[in-house]
Parts: sequence; structure tokens; C-alpha cells
Amino acid sequence: MATKLLLAKAHVEGIRHFEVYRREGGYAAVEKALKMEPAAIVEEVKKSGLRGRGGAGFPSGMKWSFLAKPEGVPRYLVCNADESEPGTFKDRYLMEFLPHLLIEGLIVSSFALGSNRTYIYIRGEYAWIVGILEQAIAEAKQNGFLGKNILGSGFDCEIYVQRGAGAYICGEETALIESLEGKRGNPRIKPPFPAIKGLWDCPTVVNNVETLAAVVPILNMGGEEYAKIGVGRSTGTKLISACGNINKPGVYEIEMTLSVEEFIYSDEYCGGIPNGKRLKACIPGGSSVPILPANLLLKTAKGETRLMNYESLSDGGFATGSMLGSGGFIVLDEDQCVVKNTLTLARFYRHESCGQCSPCREGTGWMEKILTKIENGKGAISDIDLLWDIQRKIEGNTICPLGDAAAWPVAAAIRHFRDEFEWHVNNPELCQTQNYGLAHYADPIHVPA
Amino acid sequence: MVKFSEDKLKEVQSMIDRYPEGKQKSALIPLLHLAQEDFGGWLSAETMDYVGSLLGIEPIEVYEVATFYSMYNLKPVGKHVFEVCHTGPCMLKGSDDIIAYIKTKLDIKVGETTADGLFTLKTVECLGACGYAPMMQMGIDYREHLTEAKVDEIIAACRNKQ
Amino acid sequence: MSEAVKTVKVTIDNITVDVPMGTTILQAARMIGGDVVPPAMCYYSKLQGSGGKCRTCLVEVSKGSEADPRPMPKLVASCRTGVMDGMEVKNMTSPKVEDARNGVVEFLLLNHPLDCPVCDQAGECHLQDLGYQHGKQGTRYEFKRRTFEKHDLGPYIQLHMTRCILCYRCVFTADQLTDKRAHGILSRGDHAEIATYIEKSLDNNFIGNVIDVCPVGALTDKTFRFKNRVWFTKPVNAHRDCKCCSGKVTLWQRGEEVLRVTARKDQWGEVEEWICNECRFEKKKTTDWTIEGPTHVSRHSVISQGHYENTIKPKETFTAVHGGRNPQLLMDIHSVSEVNDPSIDLSQINGPATSDVYNHSTKQA
Repeated sequence: MATKLLLAKAHVEGIRHFEVYRREGGYAAVEKALKMEPAAIVEEVKKSGLRGRGGAGFPSGMKWSFLAKPEGVPRYLVCNADESEPGTFKDRYLMEFLPHLLIEGLIVSSFALGSNRTYIYIRGEYAWIVGILEQAIAEAKQNGFLGKNILGSGFDCEIYVQRGAGAYICGEETALIESLEGKRGNPRIKPPFPAIKGLWDCPTVVNNVETLAAVVPILNMGGEEYAKIGVGRSTGTKLISACGNINKPGVYEIEMTLSVEEFIYSDEYCGGIPNGKRLKACIPGGSSVPILPANLLLKTAKGETRLMNYESLSDGGFATGSMLGSGGFIVLDEDQCVVKNTLTLARFYRHESCGQCSPCREGTGWMEKILTKIENGKGAISDIDLLWDIQRKIEGNTICPLGDAAAWPVAAAIRHFRDEFEWHVNNPELCQTQNYGLAHYADPIHVPA
Repeated sequence: MVKFSEDKLKEVQSMIDRYPEGKQKSALIPLLHLAQEDFGGWLSAETMDYVGSLLGIEPIEVYEVATFYSMYNLKPVGKHVFEVCHTGPCMLKGSDDIIAYIKTKLDIKVGETTADGLFTLKTVECLGACGYAPMMQMGIDYREHLTEAKVDEIIAACRNKQ
Repeated sequence: MSEAVKTVKVTIDNITVDVPMGTTILQAARMIGGDVVPPAMCYYSKLQGSGGKCRTCLVEVSKGSEADPRPMPKLVASCRTGVMDGMEVKNMTSPKVEDARNGVVEFLLLNHPLDCPVCDQAGECHLQDLGYQHGKQGTRYEFKRRTFEKHDLGPYIQLHMTRCILCYRCVFTADQLTDKRAHGILSRGDHAEIATYIEKSLDNNFIGNVIDVCPVGALTDKTFRFKNRVWFTKPVNAHRDCKCCSGKVTLWQRGEEVLRVTARKDQWGEVEEWICNECRFEKKKTTDWTIEGPTHVSRHSVISQGHYENTIKPKETFTAVHGGRNPQLLMDIHSVSEVNDPSIDLSQINGPATSDVYNHSTKQA
């Protein structure tokens, strides 16, 4: 069995409640942290090599150390629970089943960063989880882990849950801050970064749910021990939410030494592809990251076994690799149409563009229209080239990463599945009733039916 | 006239108290949720103006926010709103068929409300339930692993509640 | 503590300039002037918080600073990026910038109705200029262009949402010049629009300035609507004693008639001093104003074709480069060619001149 640092206790009866969580060793990290210097906690997180689990993978300790600390100005910690990247539902699982783990991580992190008011910004659709979290907050407060003078340390902290109202863009940290201020979720133009000027113009750290939960085991075991799990710069464990055409969709905690092949086919994880179908492609890190055909997914272009970690999944760059991203693992079997899949993602990004900057506002809709045309058998070969040119002109030229997120799936689909796009163009009628199938991207593994 | 009850007004105040002095505008998004639940499932201009007045902000600041977020209804909706996800992962698991089935079953198009005002059908983008696809949101609940039989059950249950 | 503002050196397209710390790349480029200045559709130096949205002013930072010479990984919005000492920027000289800017112009024009022939902004439209300088002929967009429901903003301001490029300038203007903003950006993404949500006329005394800051024909002066093309009107500077504003304006006249009043604009097309609605909309007689004289208009502008400004002959440069000597005729063309023989009076020839006529007349001569 792989090490489980976050979900080990997920199935303990009543773990949602304070007494059970506490009996299972919960809140030890808070007790330990409050006896430490805040800077020492930041140091532990740095040593752990923890990287942001929201998608970007930025070293968390480093992010924390950027936080400005001007005299007399409050600092804020904001927990990003706006989980909206298609394919990603790991934070939901963590909050739903282990709310106290997040609250514990938040208290430790708030103490380390000096935040007396900490906010959890949760996507509006996760309405029932708001109640679960508020219950956990109330229990922690009753037991002296929140509120004034926590455990006699002199540290005050309140945690509030703020519900969003339906906007993917609010997962971008500056859009999240705008939304938390009661405004439209328009990302801010950076610099200044939130570490200098964030919530209400005060220094702010925004971290993903899983990142903040991971602070608990880091404190408990020490940063160095945490760093021993995993490989290279992919330390610790990662939550992967697996979905699409697999036998066992769900949330899995993995060590980042696991191979992609084992993750898909082992019964401990996804349990293979249903109905004896074969693997066609996979989007390994949430809808924004490049889709990979089976042959590049299981092995890198160099022929090495691909592992479920930051470095291995991005091996080969965008030419032959992808990204670990948020850990939203979407599997496509041989019956799936890459054009259709790309179209639904393009539609998603058009729908979620805030509309502030022109390449994203105009480009996302244009891509969706062209993809619709191709999907409906009305496209031309020149449309594929046009699509490529549009995504190229969006990428890197927008205010926030939504532009890149919209461009990459289209780019990768054309890069690896151009023949399928061309087949749609050349077989306008056939493509309405039939799928292209596997072509030469066949899964090298034989799976018995 | 739209006006919250005394109890609700207490809830409003506790929402405003979550933020530092002078930052009450931050309560706008939660307040709009509350107003939508309380005043018929949608936000009329009058409702939005009222929310603005509670926070001491200009009406346009409320309209700007209410029109930005997809969870606010700016037009009246049916008693039960089916918001079916049709983004990539749900599409892979057959959300298109579920949408088509609901359309035939209720005899409405996407975005429409049934004549009896009972059901509204909407398609929405990813709701973070990709592993439990196909799925839809109904009020604050998620209905997951949808099948035609399950849709039948849900519709029947809604009708029975009448 | 020294009060002196620290100056830093920044090089844009190989031209180095000293600017105060905190200056943006765009402002530094404007200090240099000429072709190195990136175009700006949303940035407005007089409106706090503006800029960063349209992406037309993207530039390449090939050297971050003296201290950290690494280039910036992406193109940056020059209007919102501060200079660093020793920074090197490429605008005109960067193929990457040219490519990205072409893309941005295409995106901005994608859903634009291109109704210039009936648009009051034509002739002074920044999007026209931008398209002319950085755009391509034709469009690759084959779908129906976006339209919006019409909104009435009252008796003074005409809104054409289809022309809007969502620069947000008018929102900043209302926020910063008026005490109650009544219009804003509604909806999101490609459906985002300028509107009031409920039918409402904009009537704040300074709201008319949204017309001047609008880079396109989305917000135009209703009192000037379809009255004339701007290039047929003659801009003159004028002023009056006004209780609310500076009273310094530009009158746009046709003959003695004042067709339109606007604020005065600087060389970047930005308002010099905001004016009130009374000056803008109510004072349409020359007797309301003290005329100062013609407004200077760039000779590249279509408005300058009216030649209303004192026509000054360009200075003779030839004598200067020849050390004061008058130019001498190097060669008389007629010594080698019969074309345009001065002895032939073309006006005396019946009908259009053809080579036959020419040959005939030379023979006669």
C-alpha cells in the first residue's frame, strides 16, 4: 500500500466530527505549530518541497516567503476552494470527508503567515460543503482551536467560508480576490502580486485546498521526512481525481513514483478501461493541459516509463509531454472523438472567459465556432490551420492563464490528432455517425475483454 | 416590496460581520445567493437594488456582479431547475444522451421552462463531479451517475411533491 | 532621505532614455516619441487603473534590468509594466511583437461591425488607425458578428455596443469624475457589454467625457449624430468662463455653425482637461465662446485635409544640406527627351492628349 498522508483516515466512521478527528490524532500539528516561530514553519514547508496543488505547481514555501510584512497592515491567507477545472474534484472530496484536516492546515498556515482572518473561497455549486466546513469551524472554535488566544498562544484567528457564484475564472488567484471583495471576477493585471497587494490591497497568500491540507503532515513528520516521499522535485503525495472511461472513477492519493500505466490499469486505482475497450488518449492534469495519445502517455518519447509526477508528465515539453496540473485525470477510450472532446473544452473556456482582454474574449469564441464547424462535418483543411494560428495568438498574450488554458487543449489536439481532424473534414457524412477510432495511437498494452 | 424577514436580516448582518470595517461590499455575492433563495429563485432589478441598499453600494455595482456569475438567475425559472453538465468528462460519459432524454421527456428545449412552471432545463459547464458523471445540479443538490431511469425517478419525485 | 526622484535608463528599440523610477514602458516610449510608441486602445494616462486589457501595447522585454538581465518570458503590456534600470525593450524591432499585435488587431476587429461609413467616430477613430497600421486586409472570420440589444443612455450619449472594444475607459471615467456611476460592464466573456441594466439616462454633469475617452464609435455625441463627417468640420480652440470646468474646449465648426464641442486632446488623443456637459452639449453658438484659433491636428490625420490650419510651406531642406548654395539644375531633361516639351501647350490640344496627338503636334512644331 502506498503512503497515505491526506486520505488515510477518510473512511474512519465519523471523521467529519471533531472528537473523532481529534481521537485519531488530529490537531497535533496545531499544537506543535503554536510552539514554533512562524518563520520556522515556513522553513519546514520550504524543506518539504511542497508544490502548489492547484495546478501551477509553484513551490509553496517560496510563495509564503514572498509575503510582504509591512508594519500595521493585516495579512490574509485565502484558501482557494474554487475547484472548477474540468476533470478535477479532489478538493471537494477532501473537504467533504475530511473538513477538519483542511481547517487544521488553515490554522497552522494562518499562524505561519500571520493571518488573523482567513477565508475559504469555495465554488458556489459546492453549496452543501459550505455547511460541512462551517460545522467543522464551529467545532474547532468550541474546542479552542480557533478564535481568540488559541491554546493560550496569544494567536487569534477566525476562518470564514465565502461562497462563489459560478465562475471558473475565480480559481485564478487575483480574480478570486476580486470576487472575495464582492466584485466581478476579473483577474488583476500583475504586478503587483497578491503577496504585496492582495485582498483589500493587503499582502495575501492564496493556496489551494490540498496544498493547505498537506501542511498538516509536513508539520507532523517534518519537512525533510515529507521530502523523502516521492521523487525529485515531486515530493509528498498527490490527490488525483480520475474520470472518463475507466472502471473506478474517484479520488486517489498517490505517491509520485507511480507509473501512469499502473494508475490506469491497476485495480488499486482506476481498474482499467471498461468493456474491454482500449485506451485512446488521456488528459492527465485537468482539461487545460495537453491531451496525450496512448503511445505518448504510458511512455515518454525517449521510451521511458511515464510516472505520475510533475517532471515525468511534462517530459518532452508540449511537443510530446503534458503536465500534472491539478491532477484531474481524464481518460478517453477508443470510442471517443477527439474533435468533439476538444469542442466541449473550447466551449467551456469561451463560457468562462471573463471578457476583459481581447485575445481571450474574441479568440475563445472563434475557436469554438470553428470546432463546431469541423465537428459537424462542415470544416475545411484550412480551418485546422486557422485554429492552430488562433490558439498561437491567444497563448501568452492574455492577462491571466485562462488564455493559455484555452489554447493548449486545442493545440495539443491538433498536434497529436491532426489526422482525426482531417478525417472529419474529408468524411463530412461519415463523421456524423462514426468515430475515427484508435488509428495508429493504439494502446501498446493488451487488455483482455 | 422585497424585504428580508427580521431573522434573515440577522443573517445578513452576520455575513457583513465576516469582513473588516468598511469592506461590507464583500458580502455582496453571499447576499445575492440569500436573496435569490428568498425571493422566488431569481433576481429582479428590485431585489438587486434592495441588496445594494443593504450594503450601501450603487445599483450598478450589484448588476455588474449579478450578471457575471452563472448561478444567478436574472429571469424567473421553474420550481425545479435541472442544470445538466455537458463539459468534456460528462460528455465522455453520455451527458448528451441525458440532455436529449430530458428534452423529450419534458418536451422543452434547453433554456426553457415547462408550461406548468415546474421544470427548467439548463446546460451548464463543469460542476466538479466528473468522476460521478453524467450529473446535474438541482437546487443545492447534485444528482450523479444519471441514467434515463434515474431521470424518470427524479421527475416523478418532483411531481409528487406538488 | 533624498527627495530627488531616482532616474533609470531604459532602451526602447535601441533608443536610450532616462526616466523617473516608476515610469511605465509606454510612458517612457512616449517620452522618446515617434514610431517606438506602442499603440494603446484601453490605457489612458488620466484614468487610474486603466490599461492592460486590450493587449495592443504588448512589447518584448529582451533584458529585464541591469541587475537581472534575463528577458521576460512573455510579451508584456507596456502600459502596466514599470521600467527597471538597464531594461531593454523591443517594440518596432521585434517580430514577435508584430505578430502578436497583428493577432490582437484581428481579435479586436473580429466582431466589429466595420460600419465606418455611417459611424460618427470615423476619421478620429483609434481602431481605424490601429487597423490601418497593424491590421491585415480582409478577415478570416466567417461567422455572424455579435450583436446586442439596444440601450438608450438618454438625450446626450449614443451607445453602439457592437462597436465597443471593452476598454473600460468609460467605466473608469464615471468612477473617477462622477459621484454615482450608473453604467458599467454587464455579463461576461464575449457577451460582456456596456449598459445600465435598467433603462436609465446618464445625466451626471461630467458624464459627457465618456464620449471623448471612447477610442471607437461606441459612445458618441447624440447632439452631433449624423450632422457631419469630422473631416468636413474645422476644429478651433475656444474657451469660456465656466463655473464647473476649465471651459477650455475644441469647437468643431462648419462655416459659422458649431456642430460639436469636445475637450481638447493631446498628441496621444487624450483629453487635456475634462469639460462639463453644459459646455459640451448646450453651448453651440460661436457667441458663447472666445475663439483662440485653429486646433493643431497631426498632418497624418484625415481631418487635416481640410487645410483649415495656416498652411506653412515645408522648410526648404535642400539649401541646408548644400551648405547654403542654391540648387543648380544638374541636367535639363529636355536635352534628352521630347516628353513634356515646354513649347507644346497641351491645353490647346482638342480632346485628351494621346501619343498620336503628341506626335502630330511635335511635327507641327
